[in-house]
Amino acid sequence: MSVISASLADSATMLRRNLRHTTRNPLTVFNAVIMPIVLMFLMVYILGDAFDVGVSYADYATPGLIMTTICYGIGPTATAVNSDMTTGFINRLRVMHVSRAAVLNAHVITTMLRSLVAIVFVIGVALLMGFRPSASFAQWLGVIGVVVLTILAIGWLTVAFGLAAKTPESAGLAAVPLMLLPFLSSAFVPAGTMGPGAREFAQYQPFTSIIETLRGLLTGAPSAGSAVTAIAWCAGLTAIGYLWARVSFSKRG
Amino acid sequence: MVDVMNGSAIAASGLRKAYKDKVVLDGVDLDVRTGTVFALLGPNGAGKTTTVNVLTTLLVPDAGKVVVAGHDVVTETRAVRAAIGVTGQFASVDDLLTGEENLLLMADLLHLPRAEGKRVAGRLLDRFDLVDAAGEPAVSYSGGMRRKLDLAMTLVGKPRIIFLDEPTTGLDPRSRRTVWEIIRELVAGGTTIFLTTQYLEEADELAGRIAVLDKGRVVAEGTADELKRRVPGSHVRLRFTRRRDLDVAAQVLHESTRDDEELTLRVPGDGGVRSLRALLERLDAHSIDVEDLSVHTPDLDDVFLALTSHRTTEVTAR
Repeated sequence: MSVISASLADSATMLRRNLRHTTRNPLTVFNAVIMPIVLMFLMVYILGDAFDVGVSYADYATPGLIMTTICYGIGPTATAVNSDMTTGFINRLRVMHVSRAAVLNAHVITTMLRSLVAIVFVIGVALLMGFRPSASFAQWLGVIGVVVLTILAIGWLTVAFGLAAKTPESAGLAAVPLMLLPFLSSAFVPAGTMGPGAREFAQYQPFTSIIETLRGLLTGAPSAGSAVTAIAWCAGLTAIGYLWARVSFSKRG
Repeated sequence: MVDVMNGSAIAASGLRKAYKDKVVLDGVDLDVRTGTVFALLGPNGAGKTTTVNVLTTLLVPDAGKVVVAGHDVVTETRAVRAAIGVTGQFASVDDLLTGEENLLLMADLLHLPRAEGKRVAGRLLDRFDLVDAAGEPAVSYSGGMRRKLDLAMTLVGKPRIIFLDEPTTGLDPRSRRTVWEIIRELVAGGTTIFLTTQYLEEADELAGRIAVLDKGRVVAEGTADELKRRVPGSHVRLRFTRRRDLDVAAQVLHESTRDDEELTLRVPGDGGVRSLRALLERLDAHSIDVEDLSVHTPDLDDVFLALTSHRTTEVTAR
């Protein structure tokens, strides 16, 4: 077997193992779904009328909730990566010549699949609550593309954090800043309505451009400017996460 | 020193490893013959796990050369990995997978055909008496079962050389015996075993050769018997209630050493029945009253204590 096909086979084996973890522990998907849905109830039924965002609030909030779903769903990845490192399981794999790529790719792909399932759930609930997207087929493909790039970026950052953390518990904290960032973005209220300081932060942080891109695509009025910024952010964060993960992985040896 | 042609499974010379300014391995030389059990014995922090990590390609040494199964661990990592199996200090099983799934995971990562993987897993479950628990997630296993599963996972690849880092630490006596039996079976089948342990009994029980590691150096190496010869020999200890008895006995048994405070006399001898009877007869002939008698044969504990940093007065006073 060639080196590449061996590595692919190992990635597939590790992916099967990670997915089995997810099905054994379905709470990891539930956690990713439940908080965004609670938030959506809160925002749409209780607070939504307080903001004038120019469109129906469910339409405004759903892109932000997609982002939140991704952020709430990555905790298990950080913990899983870290326990592989700290329990000595990784040493067993290394002695078996399983490549670093196979181990880490499998974790990122698992995150991807789990997040996508959670997002489908959340969009389903949003539809029930009055979300009426007007995106064309091509625009939906664009939505999927942006979501996939975002999960890739956040997934690699989380894997790197899980590798760098000392214990599975502290690795679980990776999710905390990511849970807060959507509130400091245009996820729930337009950045322009925020106070000074918060407004500038919200305008320039990566989540806002990603959310604005999704919002544009879902309402059938995509904005090329925010799309370029969003893709650049995703590419940049993916590169940082990937390199950080590589370095941390080697250091743990 | 490094003699591959002559049946060395593991040959290490001049191993050094330091983390920042903390020296962990300070020039370690090891030579393990094919098909034997070699025990690396040492207290906590002696450098045992670091040694295993270097020998198993997980850690690159700062200096020194290691040849395992005829291949250099630094430059021919892949070939070394194909020949070895490692069971680490902490059972590294996947808790969320069942026992059988853990074994199949190993088979998949070794790229065994599906049917063969199933067969190997089934045989190992049977051999390690884990058939009943095969469908249970490993998280529900007892310590002994986890160790057995851990070892079984190492054996999926049929390694020629197996490294066991403290294989019985934390196990109850029955599980420990089971692990020992498995190790003996493996050696009988021609496998080379390199094990680390803090238990002298374990080294004595299993290993053909033993190296004592202390503060990153091998302070002694040899068979269990050779090591035992390095500490004071067997002796009989006599304890008296009266000073007068001690005085007389010390005169009669002039080769002995006395301890006035404890009122004891240490008489060199092998502690066998014949020499013991002769000793008692001599004491009787001089009507010496002995309060208590104990036979002392050196075991590896004495060697260990004598050679590692925890020296006792008994040994240094020799």
